[in-house]
Amino acid sequence: MRKFETLEAVAAPLDMANTDTDQIIPARFLWRPRSEGYGHLLFNDLRTNQDGSPKPGFVLDRPACKDAGILVGDRNFGCGSSREHAVWALMDAGIGVVIAPSFGDIFFNNSFKNGLLPIVLPEARCAELRAALARNPGARLVVDLQAQTVTGPAGVNDGFGTDHFDVDPFRKQLLLSGLDDISFTLSQQDLIAAFEAKFAAEMPWL
Amino acid sequence: MTTPRTLFEKIWERHTVQVRPDGATLLHVARHLVHDGSRAGFQALTERGLPVRHPERTFGTPDHYVSTASHDLAAITEPYRREMVTALTANAREHGVTLFDLGDRRQGIVHVIGPEQGITQPGLLMVCGDSHTATHGALGALAFGIGASEVSHVLATQTLWQTRPKSMRVAVEGQLGAWVTPKDVILAIIARIGAAGGTGHVIEYAGSAFRAMSMEGRLTVCNMSIEAGARAGMVAPDETTYAYLRGRPYAPQGPMWDRALAFWRGLPSDPGAVFDREVTLSGADIAPMVTWGTSPEDAAPITGDVPDPARAPTAERREAMARALAYMGLEPGTAIAAIPVDRVFIGSCTNSRIEDLRSAAAIARGRKALVPAMVVAGSGLVKAQAEAEGLHTVFLEAGFEWREPGCSMCVGMNGDLVAAGEHCASTSNRNFVGRQGRGARTHLLSPAMAAAAAITGRMTDVRQLMAGAA
Ligand code: SF4
Repeated sequence: MRKFETLEAVAAPLDMANTDTDQIIPARFLWRPRSEGYGHLLFNDLRTNQDGSPKPGFVLDRPACKDAGILVGDRNFGCGSSREHAVWALMDAGIGVVIAPSFGDIFFNNSFKNGLLPIVLPEARCAELRAALARNPGARLVVDLQAQTVTGPAGVNDGFGTDHFDVDPFRKQLLLSGLDDISFTLSQQDLIAAFEAKFAAEMPWL
Repeated sequence: MTTPRTLFEKIWERHTVQVRPDGATLLHVARHLVHDGSRAGFQALTERGLPVRHPERTFGTPDHYVSTASHDLAAITEPYRREMVTALTANAREHGVTLFDLGDRRQGIVHVIGPEQGITQPGLLMVCGDSHTATHGALGALAFGIGASEVSHVLATQTLWQTRPKSMRVAVEGQLGAWVTPKDVILAIIARIGAAGGTGHVIEYAGSAFRAMSMEGRLTVCNMSIEAGARAGMVAPDETTYAYLRGRPYAPQGPMWDRALAFWRGLPSDPGAVFDREVTLSGADIAPMVTWGTSPEDAAPITGDVPDPARAPTAERREAMARALAYMGLEPGTAIAAIPVDRVFIGSCTNSRIEDLRSAAAIARGRKALVPAMVVAGSGLVKAQAEAEGLHTVFLEAGFEWREPGCSMCVGMNGDLVAAGEHCASTSNRNFVGRQGRGARTHLLSPAMAAAAAITGRMTDVRQLMAGAA
C-alpha cells in the first residue's frame, strides 16, 4: 500500500452531490486488469462524448486543474457500487485526497486500503472551499495527515484557512506507515484461531 | 439485568475477534460470497502466495458477465467477459471454494442464491465484494458489501477490520395498499431519508408492514439499503424467516435445526434497545413509486408530477435536479404517468425472485407488450419454478423475452444494454447516469409497474390498469 504523510497539490472543486462510482468509472471498463491503469478513464463519460471525442468543460480538464492532486466534492461522494476501480482511477490520475461532507461507506474503506485519504469536512465548509477554489483556480492545498489539517495556500485568505479533520487512529497509523493490513492481521493468527474454535463450538450447524 | 441490545449489536458482538483501544474492530466473517467480479480479490491473494483460509465458508457464482441468451460459455462472445467467468471457475477450483457455475441449475445472481440455498442465515456476519450484499439482512443476518482489497483480506484471514456503524430503525406501520409492493416501500423510504440518509448506519426495518411482508419482499427492501447510503439493512428473524429457511440445502437439518432455531429466537432487538436514529412511515400512504431522476432518492408516486427544480430548497439541489432532468429528457410538471417508456427490464437482485415474476406475470397475462421487454430470472431455480408454473408462457405470449439468469441489464456488464436516450422502466436498483448504458434513462419501479409500462408503452398506474380489467 502507498504510504501517506503529507500532500501539497492543486485542488479542484467538484460541485456534484451523490458522485457515484458509476460516474467515477463506468461499469464497462471494470474487466480491465489493474496493471493497465485506470487514470485515463476517470470520469470518462463526463469528459468524452460517445464517439470518444473530448467533451470540454470538466473541472479536471481546465488548464489550472489539470494536475490536481486533491478533489473537493459534495455530499455522498463515492456512493453506489463497491468497485475499488473508482479509487484506482482517482489514484492513477494523481488524486491523493478527496475532501467531502460525506462518503459512500465502501468507497471510504476502499480509499484507505490503497493510500487515498478521504477527508470529511462539514458541508458548509466544503461549499466554501469549492467557492474559494473556483475564485482561485489552481490554488494549492496542503494536507498533513499527522497533524490532521488541511491548509490553504500561504498568504491567500479568500475563504481558505486551516481546517482540522478527524481520522480513525488505526487507519491513520496504517496510512502513515504504508503497512498493509493483511500482513498485520496475519500476525494475529493465534487470536483468530482461538476465536474460530469458540465460534464453531457455539454454532456447530455452520 | 443486561442492557437491551439491538439485533445488529448482538451479531456484531458475537463476531468480534478483537477491539483495539482506538476502536477498530476485527470481525470474523461467517460466510463469504464471491462472484465473477471478484477476480481482483483472488489475484492479490495469488500474488502473495496465500491460501483461502476457509474455503468451506466461501461460496461463489458467476452473474455479472454471463450471457442471458444462453448459458453456454461460448455464448459469451467477448474474450474479456468470458475470462471474468472462467477466472472464477479457476479460482474456485484452485482454492476449493463451493461454486454454482454456469450449467448448474443453482447458478444465479449471488444475492438471489445465498438465501435460496440457505447459505444466508439469521445471526451470521456475511460479506461479498458487491454493494448489494445488504440483501441478505432480510433473514436477520448482518451483511454488507466490501471492496476488492477487503475481499483479499477476508479470503486470507476470514476477518475484516471495521469501525462500528451507528444504528437506525426505519418502521413502516400499517397495511400496504393493493399493488403497493416492497419495492415501492423502499423507494418511499429513500425518497424520505435521501440517498445519503443512512450513511454510516445499519438500518433495521421494523413495524407491522415488515412483520406482514414475505421473505422475498424483505429481500427486495434490504437490497436497496445501500441506495439509502446505509452500510447494511436487516429485518429481525421471525416465523416467516424460519419457514423460508427450513429444508434449504445449506440450512441446518435435524437436531441442528432445533439448536440453530433456539439461537435465532434470541436475535431480535430487545424491548427498550436504543437506536441512534428512528424514522417512521405510514404504509397506507405509500403509492406505487417511479424514479424520475438519476439518484434513487428522486422518486415520486405514479400519481405525482416531475418536480420543478425552481422549487428546490437549496441552490445545490436545484442544480442537481436540473442536471438530472436534462439527462432524463424530462420537463418539470410532466405527469409521471405521461413519461414514455421505450424498454422494460424485469430482473436484478432487487426483483428477480419468484414472487416478482408472479406479480409481473399477473399484469402481462392476456395482454401484449407495446415495447421491448425482457424478463431475467434471478437464478436457475427461480427460472425452473417459473416455468413449472407456466409463467414463461404468459410472458412469451405477451411478447416479453424470457432469458437465462444473471445480472443482465441492471448494469449491462454482459452486454444487455439500454440505448442512449431510451427510457427504460427497470426493476433494478440504480438509476445512475450511464448505469444501464451510456445515455440510458433508467426509471426504477416494481415488477408489476414495469409490466404495466410494457403493456402501455408509458408509465402506468398498475392499480388503474388492473381496475380496468376487472
Ligand atoms: S443484479 Fe445488479 S445490483 Fe445486483 S449484483 Fe448484479 S449488477 Fe449488482
